[in-house]
Amino acid sequence: MQAATKVTERTATAASGSPVTILAFAGDIASTSKDAMMDAYHGVDASVSKVLLDFTGVDYINSSGIAIIIQMLLEASKAGGRTIAIFGLTPHFNKVFTMVGVAKYASMSPDEPTALATL
Amino acid sequence: MKSGSNVEVYLPSELGFEKVALSTAASMATLMGFSADRVEDLKTAVAEACINAIEHGNRLNDMLSVSIVLSTTDDQLEIKVLDHGAGVSKHPESPDIDRKMHGDEDPRGMGMFLIQALVDEAEWYQGPPGKSFVRLVIRLDKENK
Repeated sequence: MQAATKVTERTATAASGSPVTILAFAGDIASTSKDAMMDAYHGVDASVSKVLLDFTGVDYINSSGIAIIIQMLLEASKAGGRTIAIFGLTPHFNKVFTMVGVAKYASMSPDEPTALATL
Repeated sequence: MKSGSNVEVYLPSELGFEKVALSTAASMATLMGFSADRVEDLKTAVAEACINAIEHGNRLNDMLSVSIVLSTTDDQLEIKVLDHGAGVSKHPESPDIDRKMHGDEDPRGMGMFLIQALVDEAEWYQGPPGKSFVRLVIRLDKENK
């Protein structure tokens, strides 16, 4: 019954000149999203040190979906040297992510240019 | 919308159907005059309450349904989400992102915290099968605070 999560990957360049991989999500972000999201994350080249998560195309996220993002942040932290940042959340989900503490481990920007400027 | 209006929704115990409940709650809150950001808060709280009922209360049993009763008064919208579980006996704890990031706490387990944080009242009641519920309230007098 959940709307399938679609993930597309593209590349960009950060303000610092570093290459960035952007994972753009669409559909629902819920427990059923785990395989699509984690498979996409695991598919990012190991040499990429900056990953942006794009939620512009997402309008439903629940706590199980946020847990998948925390899992991603945890893996990046354990691997060492990889930065994950977030952009494109609605103001409501920006607030929710801040409430549960995600903002402590991933910078959150309103849009892609702002996010790239922070990396 | 007339004060004292009641709407009941029954959901199958399948994840995803919580969106039917949150859409209904959002429609009623909008008709009552709640602001868009309060409606967004309510949608997340109702979704989390229904997910808990589907997953933990009814244990994804497709023979059981989750009941949602939405009731209005002049100044508040009350939503009860009932399931067939034993109910919640402990108060929600705030998620600790540092413990989650160190693998010391399950990355999940944020639903009850979000419910409590996003509505004006949230109470959990234990009851016999089909009678355990969480009661959520949002009040119009909180709109300008």
